Amino acid sequence: MIRLSIPARQALAKLTLPVLIVASFGLLLLGKADALLAERARMALADALAPIYAVLAEPLGSVRAGVQDLGELWSLRSENARLREENERLRRWQSVALALDAENQRLKASLRWIPDPPASFVTARVVADAGGVYARAVLLAVGPNHSVRKGQIALDERGLVGRVTEVGARTARVLLITDLNSRIPVILENSRAHAILIGTNGPRPRLLYWPEGSPPQEGERVVTSAEANAFPANLPVGVVHYSSTNAPEVEPTALLSKLEVVRIFDYGLGGVIPPETQKKPTPGRH
Amino acid sequence: MSGSDRRPGIRPRPTLGRRLDIAARRAFPVTCTILLMLLVELPFGFAAQTALLPALTFGCVWFWSVYRPTAMPPPLVFLIGLLLDLMGYLPLGVSVLTLLCMHGAAVRWRRFLVQQGFAMTWLAFVPVAVAGSALSWGLTALLGFRLIPAGPAAFEATLAAALYPALAIPLARAHRSIADPERA
Repeated sequence: MIRLSIPARQALAKLTLPVLIVASFGLLLLGKADALLAERARMALADALAPIYAVLAEPLGSVRAGVQDLGELWSLRSENARLREENERLRRWQSVALALDAENQRLKASLRWIPDPPASFVTARVVADAGGVYARAVLLAVGPNHSVRKGQIALDERGLVGRVTEVGARTARVLLITDLNSRIPVILENSRAHAILIGTNGPRPRLLYWPEGSPPQEGERVVTSAEANAFPANLPVGVVHYSSTNAPEVEPTALLSKLEVVRIFDYGLGGVIPPETQKKPTPGRH
Repeated sequence: MSGSDRRPGIRPRPTLGRRLDIAARRAFPVTCTILLMLLVELPFGFAAQTALLPALTFGCVWFWSVYRPTAMPPPLVFLIGLLLDLMGYLPLGVSVLTLLCMHGAAVRWRRFLVQQGFAMTWLAFVPVAVAGSALSWGLTALLGFRLIPAGPAAFEATLAAALYPALAIPLARAHRSIADPERA
């Protein structure tokens, strides 16, 4: 170890902070110049931490469920009555749906309809929030030999959750439809009008760019559109709801604030090209 | 290079156990800050959990920079900032710069603050937390070339200021006991 004189050591100690502040500016520029570097570092850290989170997620989940159960004990009777009534109503709808499904199959058979190929999916546990303060995303533990790729689509048991944006060795990050950077082509189900669903980081993303003359109606269902080849058609997204400022927003069907398990679907779509494959060999470099 | 070496006087060379003890006490502030950051990221599932990570990190770095800057030197502040950037999904370097500025302010004012006691340190932390949140918000917006809602940043500053006493009380106790190299 080098022995420095006391004044030299003091001078060095005084210099450390300014030098490091300059280095942090360098880091800002580096992160801006090479976005992939930050992404790789992030996924490497997430890969290292995910097993710990995955182990702790289960006991934490059961504690949370226990607390929730305690709260639910109070409203057990009224909840039961409500569910009975809802069950009754859903039974009627089920018979309608089955009849419609059978009719649909018959009509498709007579039209020589080419069916969509069935999508393969994997199920993964949500182990951590991966959004930070200024984004909405979740981290999934997908196991070491997974087949999850960028651009694949995440759904929970109710509806669309988001899209895989970053993939590590044993984790994947899913950008939620509520994120500020999320843009999703959708169809308003009643009018079949196209629109774009734009995340705001708030709980309800906004609807924009619908065609003139067919504004979204309160309570109308919103599904994905196959436009741009990023999503398959007709995945349930949410229901239109007008905000207090009279802007159409969508109440997501998926329970985005309480995600525990999501399914990652591989529809084999190439609409969203991940940045790595976009990199072309730069012409003119000698 | 431990601090006790620099004091005048002749004393026997510390034993290995004692040196390890001193090292552990010196490493306590940074280790407990990083462990707290990892703990806060666990999926507890309550709303606003994301703001907790920067809020508590600000508090830890401020406390140790004021009361024991030798155990929270700038290179380790840099490291904590990098970890906060990676775990908090901020652009690289944003939290590094914020925390280094916070550390610089703490070191500059610490002589005054240590004499004034806890309430003054807390009072001084409030504008520092506001400035820190504003700086990371501004840099994030600047690097993304877009205006992002300021609500989360305001909430982060409020949370940091509000949680500081709850954080500082156990840290102050540790500062006088297990983190004190003099007591090794």
